[in-house]
Amino acid sequence: MMRATRDYLTFLWRCGRIAFVGDWRYYAWMGGLTVFCLLGLHAYCIQFVHGLIVTGMSDEVSWGVYIANFTFLVGVAAAAVMMVIPVYIYDNEELHDLVIFGELLAVAAIIMCLAFVTVDLGRPDRFWHLIPGIGQLNFPRSMLSWDVIVLNGYLLLNVHICGYLLYSRYQNRKPSKWFYIPFVFVAIVWAVSIHTVTAFLYVGLGGRPFWNSSIVGPRFLASAFSAGPSIIILALQIIRRVTHYHITDKALLTLRSIVQVSMIINVFLLFNEVFKEFYSGLHVASSTYLFLGLDGHHALVPWIWTAVVFNLVSMFLLILPLTRSLKWLDLACVLCIVGIWIEKGMGLVIPGFIPTPLGALIEYTPSLNETLVCLGIWAFGLLCYTIFLRMSVPILQGRLSKANEHLPEPDAAADPATAPVPH
Amino acid sequence: MGRRNFLRSSAAFAGLGALAASLSPLRELGDYSSVDEFMQKYYKEMTPDDMAKVITRIENDVQRQYGIRPHVRDLKPMDGAEFVYCLNLTRCIGCRKCVHACVNENNQSRNPEIQYIRVLKLPHGSMDIDKADHEYNPESVPEKGFFYMPVQCQQCHNPPCVKVCPVHATWQEKDGITVIDYDWCIGCRYCEAACPYWARRFNFTKPEIPKERLNPNMSYLGNRPRKQGVMEKCHFCIQRTRVGRYPACLEVCPVGARKFGNILDPDSEVSYILREKRIFIQLKEEMGTNPRFFYYFEK
Ligand code: SF4
Ligand code: SF4
Repeated sequence: MMRATRDYLTFLWRCGRIAFVGDWRYYAWMGGLTVFCLLGLHAYCIQFVHGLIVTGMSDEVSWGVYIANFTFLVGVAAAAVMMVIPVYIYDNEELHDLVIFGELLAVAAIIMCLAFVTVDLGRPDRFWHLIPGIGQLNFPRSMLSWDVIVLNGYLLLNVHICGYLLYSRYQNRKPSKWFYIPFVFVAIVWAVSIHTVTAFLYVGLGGRPFWNSSIVGPRFLASAFSAGPSIIILALQIIRRVTHYHITDKALLTLRSIVQVSMIINVFLLFNEVFKEFYSGLHVASSTYLFLGLDGHHALVPWIWTAVVFNLVSMFLLILPLTRSLKWLDLACVLCIVGIWIEKGMGLVIPGFIPTPLGALIEYTPSLNETLVCLGIWAFGLLCYTIFLRMSVPILQGRLSKANEHLPEPDAAADPATAPVPH
Repeated sequence: MGRRNFLRSSAAFAGLGALAASLSPLRELGDYSSVDEFMQKYYKEMTPDDMAKVITRIENDVQRQYGIRPHVRDLKPMDGAEFVYCLNLTRCIGCRKCVHACVNENNQSRNPEIQYIRVLKLPHGSMDIDKADHEYNPESVPEKGFFYMPVQCQQCHNPPCVKVCPVHATWQEKDGITVIDYDWCIGCRYCEAACPYWARRFNFTKPEIPKERLNPNMSYLGNRPRKQGVMEKCHFCIQRTRVGRYPACLEVCPVGARKFGNILDPDSEVSYILREKRIFIQLKEEMGTNPRFFYYFEK
């Protein structure tokens, strides 16, 4: 027992240490992210003191970019696990080790989600009112309480799976199936649940016809399964370039087919929704505002059309064999990520509030302070993901393991992180 | 000390300095919250003793801030009472006197301005809320060709705001009034998104009330001053109606468009109206919220 604890602590210590060593590019990247984190923290402190008045939100548009980013990132977190399905259900060997990168992305995304909800609270000091037992969690009636539970549960699940697999690899032991396979399957179902519950957060509000539509849930999933794997495709190529970790093109192309199918479904569902809204002519005020502008207010029109064009171009690129070449695939992925970020964020959350239930047309633009907080959280998420990768890549490559515990730690200059590793 | 170590410690110092600078706005935090307030129990779990202490704390806080000793009570619903509001659309002239009486009675923030009642100006013959004018400001009211519809919390039988609150900070009381525990609300604004009548208001910053305007007759679930970051809304003037008085908006109405009373009492005016009028409506009836606020028409 003592020994196991000691080993585990050594493992954590060494992982922690390695996060602080790298070459100059690593320091520059981490330093840059830290600057943004601190700018965000500063902006948040201002908000904490003066209240949400420093944002662009109002009683009319009472949720803004915080909740928009939250919604997008829940999708990213959910989709990261979609790589798991081909591996464990279809035994796709190409993706096997890459699953860890996907799940680590899920962990980073959930951390960002939790940060975005926290900065949106008017009284963050009272967060403990949400903790079952000492607080008053309104479960199961409030969808927000479901979200609190599924998000935290999902975080724990993924931390457990990644942590366990990495620690086994570190010790050079074969992971015992019983310790993670059941969790992997739970995580797959759970991934669908986090996104469905987040969709229900909106769908459940009868007073907001723009959200109160049963297609929102499926649309959330389709868009998440396009944007999530797209992010992973880009992340894997960056990992491959800076660490020489071996990632095959075939693995990337497998992910491409996931994005391809989801993107087609996503565009199809979007089309369905647009048709229903405009052809029936019922409750169209919000959609009209979003797509065409209403009574001289059209702040969101350029955004949504950018999103539509990006989505369409991305879909066509993905259908064409052209995107078997990585250059084009990357372009399609970037378009897909930006398009969906706009559509899920600005395009879904904001128009739900415009016009208000009493018919007032008040627009919303995020303030500078609010934007800095968002940038800070994104920087923090990227920082976390970079650190996770910095720890896990050497472990997967076998360079950081129990066997070399007693050798001197690699120092920055001598660190082979960027040197090719034979495989 | 080697060069590397020197670089490391300078980086660490610079980092700490930057962190301190980022946190510097917190110096202006002032009276954000006290330990007692932070630890305060949920309203429904407080014993009478707990409540007495909380009330003293609130009275002290108000005195410190406004220099006036208020009289704060925790008024419970009366037995055999369920309140209902009836508003006569034929009579309402859109003068907004109710809006301001409400602000004065209920200690709403004057800067930024928070108002519980929103009066809509609608074109003759239409109930389409999307056509409403919220900002009308003519020389004199009423204007020809329009009618006016004041909207405030409808005190729904099935309140969506209560359903969605993740921490039970808002609930419906026995007398039909939906209340908010301002010391329990976490400020997520989910209820504000859920309310189909746009009745809820959020304190986006620290509310400001001029000392001389403070109404010292207060109740815990009603008009005591709120803090930054919490939700509030119309509560049928709980501090008045639970001791048998009329709401402030009713008393001020110059044309007698507003009627309030106990629906469980067959002799009350509201019972009479809902029994005898051929037409009365609930706003957005199709929502299934079943408001306790009725609009009717009568010369
Ligand atoms: S009108 Fe709005 S705030 Fe009032 S009880 Fe109904 S849902 Fe709640
Ligand atoms: S803002 Fe307050 S009252 Fe409204 S849902 Fe959130 S915690 Fe509940």
